[in-house]
Amino acid sequence: MKQFLTFVKKEFHHIFRDHRTMLILLGMPIVEIILFGFAITTEVKNTTVAVLDPSHDIATRHIIEEINANKYFKITEYINNSQDIQQVFRKNKVALVVAFEPNFYQELLHTGKAQVQLIADASDPNTATTITYYATRIINDYQQQLMGQNKVPYQITPNVKLLFNPEMKGAYNFVPGVLGMILMLICAMMTSIAIVREKETGTMEVLLVSPIKPILIILAKMIPYFIISCVNLGTILLLSVYVLGVPVAGSLIGLITVSLLFIIVSLSLGLLVSTVTRTQLAAMLVSGMVFLLPVILLSGMIFPIENMPIWLQRLSDIIPAKWYIQAVKALMIEGLGIMNILREMGILILMTLVFVIISMKKFNVRLD
Amino acid sequence: MIKYLIEKEFKQISRNPFLPRLIMFYPLIVLLIFPWAATYEIRNINLCVVDNDHSTYSQQLVEKAVSSGYFRLTAIEPTYQQAMQQIESKKANVILEIPPYFKRDLINKQSADVLIASNAVNGSVGGLSSQYMVDIVNSYAAGIRKKWAQTGQTASTQPTIEVVSQNRFNPFLNYKFYMIPAMMVMVLTIMTGFLPALNIVSEKEAGTMEQINVTPVPKFTFIFSKLLSYWIIGFFVISISFLVAWIVYGFVPTGYLSTMYAFAGIYILAVSGMGLIISNYSDTMQQALFVIFFFMIVLILLSGLFTPVNSMPEWAQWIAAFNPLKYFIEVMRSVYLKGSQFSDLLPQFFALIGFATFFNAWAIMSYRKNN
Repeated sequence: MKQFLTFVKKEFHHIFRDHRTMLILLGMPIVEIILFGFAITTEVKNTTVAVLDPSHDIATRHIIEEINANKYFKITEYINNSQDIQQVFRKNKVALVVAFEPNFYQELLHTGKAQVQLIADASDPNTATTITYYATRIINDYQQQLMGQNKVPYQITPNVKLLFNPEMKGAYNFVPGVLGMILMLICAMMTSIAIVREKETGTMEVLLVSPIKPILIILAKMIPYFIISCVNLGTILLLSVYVLGVPVAGSLIGLITVSLLFIIVSLSLGLLVSTVTRTQLAAMLVSGMVFLLPVILLSGMIFPIENMPIWLQRLSDIIPAKWYIQAVKALMIEGLGIMNILREMGILILMTLVFVIISMKKFNVRLD
Repeated sequence: MIKYLIEKEFKQISRNPFLPRLIMFYPLIVLLIFPWAATYEIRNINLCVVDNDHSTYSQQLVEKAVSSGYFRLTAIEPTYQQAMQQIESKKANVILEIPPYFKRDLINKQSADVLIASNAVNGSVGGLSSQYMVDIVNSYAAGIRKKWAQTGQTASTQPTIEVVSQNRFNPFLNYKFYMIPAMMVMVLTIMTGFLPALNIVSEKEAGTMEQINVTPVPKFTFIFSKLLSYWIIGFFVISISFLVAWIVYGFVPTGYLSTMYAFAGIYILAVSGMGLIISNYSDTMQQALFVIFFFMIVLILLSGLFTPVNSMPEWAQWIAAFNPLKYFIEVMRSVYLKGSQFSDLLPQFFALIGFATFFNAWAIMSYRKNN
């Protein structure tokens, strides 16, 4: 036991000596929480708009003012003819062009009908749909004003309730994601590199002939990362509650339990990477490049998994972060208890076992 | 001399058991898989209905929702509480509750209401899916209005503004076409950013740097030879990406391929320069990896790849203004989808030239031969 503790101490020493890495290990969660909490939003705001208004009358001026006053829009260009529309799009100046027909108000008064075109840059389909919808609503409101108090018959009023996140805050979705990403990358990446490094420099051989069991040597390497991850877990939770205002609505104990479990999964994944790679470079590229994208894209942290094709949904099942993020969302945001995440916990435990068993097998082979 | 140095770089790469495979397959796999994942096209939303009215009207409304293609009826529950359990167990995303006497109220009082509750943990998904349901309810109401208008109940001669909307450049609203050009940028950035960041420092760790340092190779030539190697790799990566987009997705640029290659050429220089700077300042590969990793995540997130830059707060937009990824993503998307030409993209061109010059001057200066 004493020998083991000495090993752990040595590993700690190794990590603390490298100030730059330490700074990043502990600082990355803070920067990411702030970015995701405040900067990254899927909501569409401040969309730049160009106006083509050959009519210049009270109606068009009123609509233009309403659009500009709306928080979703910012009118930045006024164009004079329809040939310029293509040009403002190509130069990436605006995302929407509002084009009125000539004599707009006159037409409206005399023929009872006037036309306005909303031309959206649909290269981004999501933004295009959303801004067209908002602009249409502004114009419809104006029309309602023109119609006066005439009540529309046969109306169904939809009462919309946004469950768990009535303000549609992006942070509610991202905080669980950032937790998953940070814990996974730090644990898996650091562990894999730390073990491979010993192999590459040949010091592993030395360690293996020492009287202490190989399993304890590996364990000793993992403990510091386990502790750093726990610190990060604490930082992220504190920041999200006190800075971002994302509550822990459900069971805190459940949240901590599943997080510790996830840290262990990630550590064992790092162990697995270190047994299948031979050089530090390969271990780094695997954990840095190969894991990065699936964790960001297939874990449900940014893009919802339910929208993906079935084959990709099945693929996402093998990503531990997916299950963890799902559990964290249930506990933090939906306010559920630990009993509701038993499935996720079971899957994470199973994954740990698989990773550890494969690593042990591979590891023994190497010793022969 | 450059020729030999580049030969050396490629020998070092090909001798590594992992690198050549990575360079070959990484762009391929990313572009084959991830465009399917990065989508906000919301379809097949699981719907749970609580129908307290059990009338022809309520059934018609539910049918209309299901036939819209957005919703999939997965459960019918007798109470709202039971429907909530469907949400909590992730079996449903949206609840539509139709109150008792829905039909009676609609006919007699000419107005009725329904409750739409959606899981909004992911705010934009919750917002969009409830929005779809609102549209369906509104158009159902409009249908009823029309029916009664035909029988002469209402007549309207009010002035109407006709709103015609048009989706340009991507009329079928294919989200993949928006993501693919940006994913190409991401792959290129990861490849030509990570590899140089690990390069010089790995030579330092392996000790081969010492050998270079005792040769008469000048700083500039040495850095230049590294850059040139990544340039070749980068061109390879982006060409694979163009091919995959064309063969797999049938996606061809509206503008010129040459415009994109020209921008890619400058962009690779900028990103590899950044990688080399990190490599120069790092003592171990591990350190270099973490620094580049940190910057990559921040740069990717603040590039407009996943979320629009315009929607960010001002301070984040300022960081984005100093992000080469942002400019190159703009270039790729506008050439691919809008057919933008070089002259349309001059601001992006000057920005990228600026980054390339700045980073590489720094890379050359920070490389110390006597270390």
